[in-house]
Amino acid sequence: MSNHPPLRRYHAPVWDEPLAMEMSVAGRRGQHYPIVDADDLVPAAMRRQAPPELPEISEPDVLRHYLRLSQQTMGMMGISLFGTCTMKYNPRLHEKLAAGPHVAEMHPEQHPDTMQGLLECVWRLEDALKALSGMARFSFQPAGGADAAYTQACITRAYHAAHGDADRRTQIVTSIQSHPCNPATAAAAGFDIVTLPLESNGYPSIQALRAALSDRTAALFINNPDDMGVYNPEIRDWVDAVHAAGGLCFYDHANFNGVMGKIRAADLGFDACMFMLHKTFGVPKGGGGPAVGAYGCTEKLAPFLPGPLVAKDGNGFAVEPGAASSIGRVREYWGNIHQVMKAYGWVAAMGAEGIAEASDISVALNNYMEKKLLAIRGVTRSHPDQPGWRLEMTRYSLGQLYEETGVGGGDVQNRMADFGIDAFWMAHEPWIFPHPFTPEAGEMWSREDIDYWIAVLAHVCDEAYRDPDMVKSAPHNQAVGKLAGDDLDDPAVWATTWAAWQRKHGG
Amino acid sequence: MRAHPYMPNSAPALKAAILAELGLDDAEPLFGQIPEDHRLREALPLPLPPAITSEVELSRHLRGILAKNRHCLDNISFLGGGCWQHHVPAVVDEIVGRSEFLTPVWGTPSSDLGRNQAWFEFTSQLGALLGMEMVGLPVYSWGCAAGHAIRMAARITGRGKVLVPAEMSPERRMVVDNYCAAAGAGRAIEVVAIATDSATGRLDLGDLDARLGADVAAVYFENPAYLGMIESDAAAIVEAAHKAGALAIVGVDPISLGVLSPPSDYGADIAVGSTQPLGVHMHGGGGLGGFIASRDEAIYAHEYPTLLNSMTRTAAGERVFAMSLMHQSSYGAREEGKDWTGNSTYLWAIANAAYMALLGPLGFRELGALILRRAHDAARQIASVPGISVAHPSGFFKEFVVDFGGTGQSLDAIDEALRVRGIFGGIDLGARLPGREHQALYCVTECHSPADIDRLVTALREVCA
Repeated sequence: MSNHPPLRRYHAPVWDEPLAMEMSVAGRRGQHYPIVDADDLVPAAMRRQAPPELPEISEPDVLRHYLRLSQQTMGMMGISLFGTCTMKYNPRLHEKLAAGPHVAEMHPEQHPDTMQGLLECVWRLEDALKALSGMARFSFQPAGGADAAYTQACITRAYHAAHGDADRRTQIVTSIQSHPCNPATAAAAGFDIVTLPLESNGYPSIQALRAALSDRTAALFINNPDDMGVYNPEIRDWVDAVHAAGGLCFYDHANFNGVMGKIRAADLGFDACMFMLHKTFGVPKGGGGPAVGAYGCTEKLAPFLPGPLVAKDGNGFAVEPGAASSIGRVREYWGNIHQVMKAYGWVAAMGAEGIAEASDISVALNNYMEKKLLAIRGVTRSHPDQPGWRLEMTRYSLGQLYEETGVGGGDVQNRMADFGIDAFWMAHEPWIFPHPFTPEAGEMWSREDIDYWIAVLAHVCDEAYRDPDMVKSAPHNQAVGKLAGDDLDDPAVWATTWAAWQRKHGG
Repeated sequence: MRAHPYMPNSAPALKAAILAELGLDDAEPLFGQIPEDHRLREALPLPLPPAITSEVELSRHLRGILAKNRHCLDNISFLGGGCWQHHVPAVVDEIVGRSEFLTPVWGTPSSDLGRNQAWFEFTSQLGALLGMEMVGLPVYSWGCAAGHAIRMAARITGRGKVLVPAEMSPERRMVVDNYCAAAGAGRAIEVVAIATDSATGRLDLGDLDARLGADVAAVYFENPAYLGMIESDAAAIVEAAHKAGALAIVGVDPISLGVLSPPSDYGADIAVGSTQPLGVHMHGGGGLGGFIASRDEAIYAHEYPTLLNSMTRTAAGERVFAMSLMHQSSYGAREEGKDWTGNSTYLWAIANAAYMALLGPLGFRELGALILRRAHDAARQIASVPGISVAHPSGFFKEFVVDFGGTGQSLDAIDEALRVRGIFGGIDLGARLPGREHQALYCVTECHSPADIDRLVTALREVCA
């Protein structure tokens, strides 16, 4: 313990901020518009009778209200090592440019002559992602990683339909450690899901894969490395086996940070891959979007890509509407094209060497952390016997801590937040290890940040043995305390709006 | 080599010290899990342009590219149809630009309390506009919201057909078609179009009745519709759907709801629409977001694919916010979940919350009236140009169909001549909907001054003369 840095004193701002809906004073105004009479322009049957129950608040009070709420949001003001999400710096230059009229005040259906700047960003980023993946074409329409998986499901459907095989090829094969969006989007597209279990080495066996493959196989959806930092060294054989069975291979590259510039999806034989611009490519999280799941594929699948796409055309850039065999749209227009601009800016600032260095640092820092975390009493790692360095993440377990102290992962999250640490990621469902947690160091956090994060976890685990109630009753330094644990699945209890809350619970 | 400004550990001595802790003098052994024949060797450095690590140069580079755009402040734009130019109050820009809202990922109910409260204020205020007590956190777009809602209706009714307007936005329709398609036989939702009544520009109620039956899960319609018309028969459409045992799903533009009846007034079961008009810049379409709302009843709640952010309390009785029904989401149930969720448009939900709080009931009423008046004034003036007519000169909200058939000129030529004059004409419908050759969808909002309309009309007189 002695070589850990001292812990900061931290306390979140406490404002006891009311809901905006409670700040209303009749007659106050936050925005004016020129007054005109237009009652005659709405058909009588469609005129609004009762005004909406919105608050009446003046402009400065709206500003201060939301500024206070922002202060009660830790975000990346603290240290966030939220694994699988690759928390990294979002260059503010890009934010500034995206907020300017040359991005913010563009309509997606403008004539291509008037959109050359945005189209050039699309083309330049596509070019960079082609270099990083070996794929032939990219679409930025998918509005998140899950939407990219959904795009693959739609393209899989279209590909097999084009080969007269749609009714037979109805199975998507994936692993129990794939992100839930892979089986979920495939199921939404009408596929049946075949899920492979993990072996003790951290990935499914190729025998299990072979047993799952048949003439009903439509595609494999797989990530590599998985969320435990384990790389499947047989992945080329997997791709060959799936192709031999007539299926497609989709590489969910959510965990790209550890292998950027080291491997390329197309070199490994994959037909398609997905990069998350809001993770790996420096675009902000925004609390959950707007995001981009950049979907890349080989020439084999390019005819099925959603439109529109960008092509270089003499001196400028042209819009391709999408081929006749295109799946159409998974989301309207270009997708979150302002995020494409930011991701291009990130690639431009990093260059090939910067990107390779970022993956070096991510992996080095993860292993640096691993050495120190495993020295903490109560912490173990998944697949303890799997030798070698992990990639950019390691899956740990607080199962031992829980057995010995009764303190679980959620308690530790809450207590760590008392020292300015944003909640760690546990694991996607299903949990194969008890009380999992998955920090990801990435390339943005300094060694001091990492040492501090480790010091806080060491402190909290130590506290769990000394004074478990202190951890179990956390947080103590936030604006509000721990959830009461009301049953939010009960229709009489849940309230997603103020009106529902008032009806069910009074004021 | 200089440390990269984005990477604190790229200071050479520090990087070496971190590696030294691992007993290494080079990062390469850390990648030992990856077989040699998987590695990209010969192509390093990758064929990317040299890094622009100095911000002064990067700024020049990016601004140079973006300057090739022509935007809707320097030009007058009449484009709408699914992404609209509305005024965004400066306060909203200030709020969404805050690093605290820009950067969080998930947090805990305590540590990200403020963001979760802002989300609750988004759902609560949107619910007030819609007259609905259950509102999910946003999805990607209006089209995606419509697709999810149709799939909800199919699960609720156990039926496999949806009726949609023949003249809905082709962008949204393509999204809906994907959401309704399915691999394997017998799993798809059949999408059937309801004709437009050419006399009124609204839904053809006779055609609706003819297509309704015991196999229809839902009638999906829009109000205002894609071509701008206010669906004054909304109550009759809902009633017809209910009579057939189908749900009524309505897609609405929430900015219209200060002056137009909310979906609850005409009995809609599920409301969907775009969040972009509520304080989000167009961003070339990156401003889009979608919402799903309904009555607060378990039969609907149990089919939501979205996250459901509920107010609740802490052990000490303080207000706090947490997720309801998480187990039915794809995070909780993988392929057994209700469709899927993931990163969405949550930052924009905060913009929406601030926007609705700024406008209040009176702001929405003034704004709705202003849009109606400006749009109708514009339609009348445009129709005064020889050879140009407006298909339905009243009964619309902010968009209307302009017919250039009498000008003897192609829309392409007209639009090009307008662009030369700093005007972006409306969406060319001939390229998008059958039977709409020589017609364009013009959108007018509070952003258009009377002088802008004068400029358009003067330009049209020159161009179409």
